[in-house]
Amino acid sequence: MSDVLSFRFNVDGEDFTSAGQASVQVKKDLRRLGLDPEIIRRVSIAMYEGEINMVIHAGGGQAEVQVAEDAITIILEDKGPGIADIEQAMQAGFSTAPDAVRSLGFGAGMGLPNMKRYTDYMDIQSTVGVGTRVTMRVDIPQ
Amino acid sequence: MKICTIRELLDARIITGEEQMGAHVYSACGSDMMSDVLAYVKDQAVLLTGLVNAQVVRTAEMMDMHCIVFVRSKEPTPEMIRLAEESSMVLLATDKRMYEACGILYSNGLVGNKVKKEPGI
Ligand SMILES: Nc1ncnc2c1ncn2[C@@H]1O[C@H](COP(=O)(O)OP(=O)(O)O)[C@@H](O)[C@H]1O
Ligand SMILES: [Mg+2]
Repeated sequence: MSDVLSFRFNVDGEDFTSAGQASVQVKKDLRRLGLDPEIIRRVSIAMYEGEINMVIHAGGGQAEVQVAEDAITIILEDKGPGIADIEQAMQAGFSTAPDAVRSLGFGAGMGLPNMKRYTDYMDIQSTVGVGTRVTMRVDIPQ
Repeated sequence: MKICTIRELLDARIITGEEQMGAHVYSACGSDMMSDVLAYVKDQAVLLTGLVNAQVVRTAEMMDMHCIVFVRSKEPTPEMIRLAEESSMVLLATDKRMYEACGILYSNGLVGNKVKKEPGI
């Protein structure tokens, strides 16, 4: 059996208050599928940080979560400003977030490092002025 | 520690989750930076925070936490209360400040969490 279930979401970039809705929904969907709570937690935290990034740095975007038997893949795509130096962006503590975002509890520069830490694979494709595509995968131990 | 004990120790008000006062929790963390909260896995059950927005509830939900304590008399919005109810999360509010609230819980046996990072970085 190699069926892949996929969930798609529009991530609204206008409104910080609603940021994270897609991740909350994914968490509920994965629970319904009866997946291991630790796997669900890792997927939803990684997706949540990525979703917040799309809202605060890129004006929103698209999220897709694919659930296969052996792995869960999260693809986040936006048409934001892109990331000029990915290596620098990956460093813990690096952030270009404005103070307004920091006062909302984000912008500590821990998002990308958290995403990397919670997933088994992460890839960032980004072009300045075009957008960013983040692919993450969490393996499901067989 | 039972959630009702947290309520008593902090002289806190129950905003939602009255029916879960008897639930047991074993560790807590205090922070206004949600990415710091998200940085450490493993069963932290209580979040103490001075930050008030919907992301606080979603962060707690992502971490499978059971209870949020708002310090310094912060009041959650109706939207936050609704989100918490959807996830059966307890919301408490105390007049105490962060340092004092954490200190009281810690010295009464509710420990923090050993900083354990997920493998892979
Ligand atoms: N989707 C994105 N589009 C554009 N820039 C991004 C995106 N995601 C992350 N970045 C850049 O990478 C930096 C680091 O991201 P992150 O580690 O999540 O920290 P933070 O979001 O707290 O700033 C951000 O400050 C931003 O400059
Ligand atoms: Mg971020």
